[in-house]
Amino acid sequence: MAKVAVELQYSEEHEWVSREDGNVVSIGISAVATDALGDIVYVDLPEVGSTVTAGETCGEVESTKSVSDLYAPVTGEVTETNPAVVDDPALINSDPYGAGWLFKVAAESDGPLLSAQDYASKNGGEL
Amino acid sequence: MTENYTALYEEHKKLGASFTDFGGWQMPLKYSSELAEHHAVRKAAGIFDLSHMGEVWVTGPDAAAFLDYALVGKISAMAVGKAKYSLICNEDGGIIDDLITYRRPAAADGTDRFLVVPNAGNAKTVAAALAERAAGFDVVVDDVSAETSLIAVQGPKAEELLLRLVPAAQHSLVTELKYYAAVEVPFLVAGAGQDLLLARTGYTGEDGFEIFVANDDAAALWQAIVAIADEGELVPAGLASRDSLRLEAGMPLYGNELSLEGDPFAAGLGPVVALSKEGDFVGKAALAAKKEAGAGTTAGRRLVGLKGLGRRAGRGHYPVLKDGAVVGEVTSGQPSPSLGYPVAMAYVDVALIGPGTALDIDLRGKTEPFEVVALPFYKRPK
Repeated sequence: MAKVAVELQYSEEHEWVSREDGNVVSIGISAVATDALGDIVYVDLPEVGSTVTAGETCGEVESTKSVSDLYAPVTGEVTETNPAVVDDPALINSDPYGAGWLFKVAAESDGPLLSAQDYASKNGGEL
Repeated sequence: MTENYTALYEEHKKLGASFTDFGGWQMPLKYSSELAEHHAVRKAAGIFDLSHMGEVWVTGPDAAAFLDYALVGKISAMAVGKAKYSLICNEDGGIIDDLITYRRPAAADGTDRFLVVPNAGNAKTVAAALAERAAGFDVVVDDVSAETSLIAVQGPKAEELLLRLVPAAQHSLVTELKYYAAVEVPFLVAGAGQDLLLARTGYTGEDGFEIFVANDDAAALWQAIVAIADEGELVPAGLASRDSLRLEAGMPLYGNELSLEGDPFAAGLGPVVALSKEGDFVGKAALAAKKEAGAGTTAGRRLVGLKGLGRRAGRGHYPVLKDGAVVGEVTSGQPSPSLGYPVAMAYVDVALIGPGTALDIDLRGKTEPFEVVALPFYKRPK
């Protein structure tokens, strides 16, 4: 799998952002991050209806080796979370850009986001 | 920090390892998934590169008496062929390292021979301390760490796999080898026989072996073991799984559970300290005083196992709480792959170390419930 998916945007903190209908975005973490974290065993997501702020922590991702903060790449209200990754966090490792998505936000504004190209060159990832 | 590479570095690269610095060495952290590697060692077998560990030969007429003086255990009481877990302490009773000593057959002239195996990050310190303590003893301390590789094969399939590399006539050397013992075994590697020191020791909680081999022959031995295994019998395993395996087995890791600031009694290693052995040893007075003061039993803190009742794991240095007050600190912790709940080792005030005691761990501001349990967390099925 390519470590960086071309059609997405990325935060410095390794979250990816996918534009969907209107202002709703899907958010997950990149394969660069899942590789570094190792096998993910627990994920703590923001609650539906809560507001997340770009650049601030909104949850945690725990692997066998470590625990890392999840940062919101955009500001807005959380509209949906992915129950599948809460039940089976290994999905985040096996399919970080697909079934391993984490939550959706009705974005009011974006934090600083990188293109796939820029994110890949910063992280030695492959497009 | 100086980057050292083991003789097996190219093998790890070929196998797609991701690397980490450990004790100044570039070591494989994992090859694919550390969880898969962990489970493979519990169910079949894993092969580990432990070449970062030190190897120091102590030989000479006074070798046994010298090690009785330099280490806290009664090394002179060891039978030839046995291995013993011990500690090297400083004068204050602080732990310089934990190590395994192997008593090898005496040389032809009757000279005693011991092989001391310290941890990677401490190997030079231990070799230097042994050399310094050798003054006045008729011994030679020879640090061969730089020339020596160490390969571990751990798991229920380990014996069966290694037997395939040993001539049938010598199988009993392996099958009859006891836990914490070692023997020279002729291994067939790349068509040639080679006598290698095989130890039935490990750091995983499973049956398993560690094989000492010269750097020049290490890659051939590694390849031979990997090649002899059928599909599903053996995986290369990295330091991430080594850490989760040893934690489940309740084994301390120097730098986490053991340190210069800690003491053996608090670490639950009181029985390793032979205060009653004849003569003086380095750290004896300080250790006797600590024991007298009740270290780890009635005073201070003691290392315990903690079982998580929720899903979140405690990690090194997280505070342990009782009713909101700090009563200890986590030394190692993570979700246990074999048991399915979080486990941790922690130093906890001695008043709160009884099994079943309810404690909390402060997970970066959120508390999670844990309870004290006996170590080890995991015991292999007999």
